Amino acid sequence: MKPILECYGLSKTYGNGQWALSNLNLSLERGQIVGLLGPNGSGKTTLIKLINDLLVPSEGSIHIDGKLPGVETKKIISYLPERTYLTPSWKVRDLVSYFEDFYEDFKRERAQQMLEALGISLHARLRALSKGTREKVQLVMVMSREASLYILDEPIGGVDPAARDYILNTILTNYNENATILISTHLISDIEKILDRVIFLQNGQAVLNATVDEIRMEQKKSIDMLFREVFRC
Amino acid sequence: MKWNLDNNMPIYLQLMEQIQRDIISGRYGPGDKLPSVRELAVEAAVNPNTMQKALSELERGNLVYSQRTSGRFITEDKELIKELKREQAGKYLAEFFENMRSLGLKEEEIRVLFEEAMKGEKKE
Repeated sequence: MKPILECYGLSKTYGNGQWALSNLNLSLERGQIVGLLGPNGSGKTTLIKLINDLLVPSEGSIHIDGKLPGVETKKIISYLPERTYLTPSWKVRDLVSYFEDFYEDFKRERAQQMLEALGISLHARLRALSKGTREKVQLVMVMSREASLYILDEPIGGVDPAARDYILNTILTNYNENATILISTHLISDIEKILDRVIFLQNGQAVLNATVDEIRMEQKKSIDMLFREVFRC
Repeated sequence: MKWNLDNNMPIYLQLMEQIQRDIISGRYGPGDKLPSVRELAVEAAVNPNTMQKALSELERGNLVYSQRTSGRFITEDKELIKELKREQAGKYLAEFFENMRSLGLKEEEIRVLFEEAMKGEKKE
């Protein structure tokens, strides 16, 4: 099988003379949970937007399951953006139906189970939910799809530590063995135990791409500690 | 089961150690079935591939074995478990002596302290 994601010589500039990504080469295998880590402005969100066809590369190419980003790749990517895009006047129930209409691979039952476990009512209006709860709702929607590639941009940023544990648990229980999850986050120590592999981005380039246990074995330290060293300000 | 994972060691090694400890202590008996990789991974909040690796390594050491369709089981070789227990106890003892010597204690002093502590344990 082809790698789920391949980037070749990928570069992006926003026309200000600076390169948000510069000659990035990357290949992600199936069946992994990958951490996309890097300081602010290192190119994480640019890469994620390129994969999701929200931006067009300035140079180089991206292939998802062997295809260029477009309608077909969106069918197999489940994307949690950094910012919420929910319509505040909707009820949770409306959102579930919307996702069900929109995505063939959406599993309503799974979504309902997770919402119930989180104590979120289908009749609640999104506007009336706290910021953390809205984030949870959005993650539930994204994880209720049977996708090949999940891209989660800062999935645990706005929730308390207990909810973080639940979310990580949700990620672990709901992804299938052939799917790949790419998680971008600053909260490294919270998620490093669930990662297979980490990619460190710096100035638009991958400066490290290795498995968590390789890093711990060689460096004798956690990813969190290594990150603090590599990106010391 | 309680899982304690620290920061500096590869995660799969720590998982191996903890499962091994549970076998030695008898929490898992010989021939017992282990939960699935997924269940164990969720319980320990680790990546399923990492848990898989830990179990494969234990399998290589014959401490667990898998049956194609029905899952993974603890070895029925009681001698092997006993041997591991001795090995682990040896490690703890070596650590103990190292710590005591680092306090500048002589062999005889260690013995006296040890015996006193043993008496104290028994009373409680």
